[in-house]
Amino acid sequence: MISGKLLHIMIRVENLVKRFGPVTAVDGISFAVAPKTIFGFLGPNGAGKTTTISILCTLLAPTSGEAFINGHDCAAESAAVRRSIGIVFQDSSLDKDLTARENLLFHAYLYRVDASERNRRVEDALKFADLHERADDLVKRFSGGMKRRLEVARGLIHRPKVLFLDEPTLGLDPQSRSNLWEFITRLPKEHDVTIFMTTHYMEEAEVCSRIAIIDKGRIIASGTPGELKKIVGGDVIYLRTEDNKKAAEEIRRLFQIEAAEKEGEIFLSVPRGDSVIPELIREIGERVLSVRMQRPTLNDVFLKLTGKEIREETAASGDDIKEAVRSYRRRHDRG
Amino acid sequence: MIEANAVYVIVAREFKKFVRERSRLVSTIARPLVWLFLVGGGMSRLVPTGTGPSYIQFIFPGILGMTILFSSIFSSISIIWDKEFGFMKEILVAPISRFSVVVGKATSGMVLSTIQAVIILAFFPLVGLKIGVFQALGIVFVCMVLSFAIAAFGILLASFYESYESFSVIMNFIVMPMFFLSGAMYPVKMMPALLRVFTKLNPLTYGIDALKHLIFPNETGALSADFSLFVDIGVILAASIVFVALAGKAFERKG
Ligand SMILES: Nc1ncnc2c1ncn2[C@@H]1O[C@H](COP(=O)(O)OP(=O)(O)O)[C@@H](O)[C@H]1O
Ligand SMILES: [Mg+2]
Repeated sequence: MISGKLLHIMIRVENLVKRFGPVTAVDGISFAVAPKTIFGFLGPNGAGKTTTISILCTLLAPTSGEAFINGHDCAAESAAVRRSIGIVFQDSSLDKDLTARENLLFHAYLYRVDASERNRRVEDALKFADLHERADDLVKRFSGGMKRRLEVARGLIHRPKVLFLDEPTLGLDPQSRSNLWEFITRLPKEHDVTIFMTTHYMEEAEVCSRIAIIDKGRIIASGTPGELKKIVGGDVIYLRTEDNKKAAEEIRRLFQIEAAEKEGEIFLSVPRGDSVIPELIREIGERVLSVRMQRPTLNDVFLKLTGKEIREETAASGDDIKEAVRSYRRRHDRG
Repeated sequence: MIEANAVYVIVAREFKKFVRERSRLVSTIARPLVWLFLVGGGMSRLVPTGTGPSYIQFIFPGILGMTILFSSIFSSISIIWDKEFGFMKEILVAPISRFSVVVGKATSGMVLSTIQAVIILAFFPLVGLKIGVFQALGIVFVCMVLSFAIAAFGILLASFYESYESFSVIMNFIVMPMFFLSGAMYPVKMMPALLRVFTKLNPLTYGIDALKHLIFPNETGALSADFSLFVDIGVILAASIVFVALAGKAFERKG
């Protein structure tokens, strides 16, 4: 029997560990994801995000610990789990020598979508991914953003309960990235689906309902984006004045807060920057030349928790290398 | 457990790509024809075969075997590209058994190889052979089971390799020896004892032997078949089952 509490949990992970020989890729993580929310797994390269997804979608067996999707054990009930999930892998898993429609049809047959439903779902997916006009073009002629949208739409064809997105925007230009996000944030409502996504782009994690920050295989913080930002303690205000030294002293005296000087600017950390700025300008005797304020980002959270920045991966995606391999193969294999 | 939907769609995909890539068809058809007419035609003048079939006629079953060998292995080895380019993950994460994947891939090899073998078979009048309708049906049947067995063997090979670099290794150290040690170019009974051992371990040998039975039903001389038709078909079927089982296991191991 499924208890009442479990009904409100779509993904449950308990003490999950995965070792590859001496490397511990996932080091005892636990979390739960509520239905129809977007859960973000945020961490630098090598943190263990893809490994966690591989275990959840039954491609890898855990070393120890448990994982459940929609009440099914990922290690013991792989068939039930597979029927409940859709996935967009970190590296594209489209057949680039087939058309968009053929890729979708392949998926529909593979997941045994009813013959009466099949064509309608494929057409819907093409419309949803805004690829209707390119439906019969080979995927190898598509841009990175089009391929990603097609993969997301494909992952939804069999109406999964959970959709995994592993670094969905990796290697895309900023324009396609924001388009894809707009598209992804619509999914829970329009498709009744729970999203589990990973990213190492801090800004992207802000669309999530909840986030877990993972580093070296461990979850070091979790909560809503707002809760996590509280960890860094509010907004940072930067001021330039005619005499910074004097102004800083004044701020310390009048507001009882720490104000430091760096690179020609005074900076101070306050809980609500927008309400403090007008007061600051009114009270400081020295003339204020410029003011800027920074809201804490998840990057600041990560920095605060680990003492290091999340580096952005260069966009030289695996695809380019693989294309080169493929053309090499064309030239050499036809002996 | 084998899911029909999965087998169907895996075969449909390979078929679609095969039809789309005409250059592949041209090159796989050209190779056996070059061997048949240049090697077979040339050797026919050097090798007196007495009252039996001429040399070019003798190698005709071997050339059909060659067509099947290359196209089945090529079809199965595409698994390595599927792994390399990520599409394999789409298949592996689907709710289907690993066996369905193996049977689907082997069936793809069977369909594509048989089509190519039938194209080569159509050249029989040019080498002066007479083949009736029932003979032709028998030949197509043997081509199907042989292609399935070789494709299953190819899948087993592919399961040990992760990258395209292994392709030339497989071609030079496995496929070419399989061809030469198969009775395709010379009768097994004329081979040195050591090579004969390898030839008898090669499933292709029995497929070509079965084709010799069907193409030269009345031949009894030096160029006749080496084993009984019953043994030939039995060995190929047994090999198919063993290769599918091993390949299924090899796939499971990855999962
Ligand atoms: N198949 C594997 N064999 C050995 N080590 C692996 C394997 N897969 C991942 N790893 C290691 O596990 C760690 C986590 O990798 P991964 O889950 O891919 O990280 P992320 O997706 O967060 O970048 C890395 O140190 C990686 O090298
Ligand atoms: Mg990853």
